Amino acid sequence: MNEIENKNIVILEISNLKKSFGEINVLDGFNLTLHKGENIVVLGKSGSGKSVLIKCLVGLLKPDSGKIKIFNKDINNQSAIELDKIRSKIGFLFQSNALYDSMTVKENLEFPLRRHWIKINQLEIDKMILQALYDVGLTHTLNMMPIELSGGMRKRIAIARTLILKPEIILYDEPTTGLDPITGKEIIKLMIEIKNKYNTGSLIISHDMNCVKLASDKVAVLIDGKCFAFGNYQELKLNTNPLVKQFFE
Amino acid sequence: MQNSIRSKTFFNEVGNTSKFIGNFFARFLQPPYEIQEIFKQCYIIGYKSLPLVGLTGFIMGLVLTMQLRPFMIDYGVESQLPAIVGIAIIREIGPVITALIFAGKIGSSIGAELGSMKVTEQIDAMEVSGTNPFKYLVISRVLATTLMLPILIILSDAISLYGSYLGVNIKGSISFNFFWTQIFESLEFRDVIPAYIKTYFFGFAVGIIGCYKGYNSNKGTEGVGSSANAAVVVSSVMIFILDLLAVQISDLLGFN
Repeated sequence: MNEIENKNIVILEISNLKKSFGEINVLDGFNLTLHKGENIVVLGKSGSGKSVLIKCLVGLLKPDSGKIKIFNKDINNQSAIELDKIRSKIGFLFQSNALYDSMTVKENLEFPLRRHWIKINQLEIDKMILQALYDVGLTHTLNMMPIELSGGMRKRIAIARTLILKPEIILYDEPTTGLDPITGKEIIKLMIEIKNKYNTGSLIISHDMNCVKLASDKVAVLIDGKCFAFGNYQELKLNTNPLVKQFFE
Repeated sequence: MQNSIRSKTFFNEVGNTSKFIGNFFARFLQPPYEIQEIFKQCYIIGYKSLPLVGLTGFIMGLVLTMQLRPFMIDYGVESQLPAIVGIAIIREIGPVITALIFAGKIGSSIGAELGSMKVTEQIDAMEVSGTNPFKYLVISRVLATTLMLPILIILSDAISLYGSYLGVNIKGSISFNFFWTQIFESLEFRDVIPAYIKTYFFGFAVGIIGCYKGYNSNKGTEGVGSSANAAVVVSSVMIFILDLLAVQISDLLGFN
């Protein structure tokens, strides 16, 4: 599928999303549209509500108002079974990786497969696990425990776990936070490779400007709970608004 | 002012725990059933607790017998020692002490494990991957503690009585057959059944409190420690409260 065709397929649509905690309005009318094969980075300061935004997208948090349409389905009006079906098409990379520390790498990757694709046999499961590990360059870690892996390796395994169900949307929560610059660049390279190979649309939450520059097709600047500015990296770099400019200086 | 905040927190906690228990009963019969996870937890919670429960049970029986023996001699009822120890262990000491040991080992372990999973977003990851974490983590563990503790208590009681047999024979001499005959002759239906039924409630309390504390853990690693600690303290207190209620109910039903 070429880039022009991709641009017509909306896979995620967020309209007027609001979420508050007590008196604090974390999201206050946030709007965004993600197309197939597109990487959008949501840029914002720490505590600006970036993680809250993607947690709302997978139903981990319930928004106060607004609409989230994924594959044209409003996720707030779905039954638990329907929501799980939608979730199976979304990969979520947690900031802390969230690998199950009582399971081996193989078991970590097997877990979502067993949940969603109950009818596939062990041979197929093993094949899919090896493919996901191959994609992140860590086939040798199959029987290792998460605790035995470095921070970068854990991030890669977490990416492999998000890839295992062949998602159409990947949500990355601060993918380079806590990594050294070299490993951070490797993870960014991997994210771009995944997008090119699987034609996924990704929403990347980050405040790492290197990640914004290298991984984004478009950037949404989240300020005061709103999508304050939207455009590609070069356009936003030339933006004269001091609130936007502060990120690019 | 501080007292009012404390009582508000206490009642909030009671309310949230009741809601958590309500969730358990609302969901545990709903499919999908996590059979594999329930068996795994039964193995971890039951089988792996056996050495500790067995050892403490053995020492409990031995020490109780050695402590009681001089008084029994003073009152000239030494021959009743196996019967007295048997009734004490089966009716009260065995279930309560084993449940307390179980609360220390399993309650803290569940509280810490679930607490750690909560703060490292593993529970969220589970939910996102299409698994109901409440069913997978909570229901499996609570069922495992409820089913395993009664079995552990039966085994612990048996090991305690072997310890008691050894205790009797340290300074005296009594045949194995006579020791067991004395115990079984003195035991009645009303000694065994209420004591056995209450162990299911002890197991449920340890599991549900451990899960509640872990599942609602926050404040990072400090929260994990607090959850483990609170799981042990609250479930230990609950064991005593349930024991008190069990005695009262048995009394009302004419079992005492």
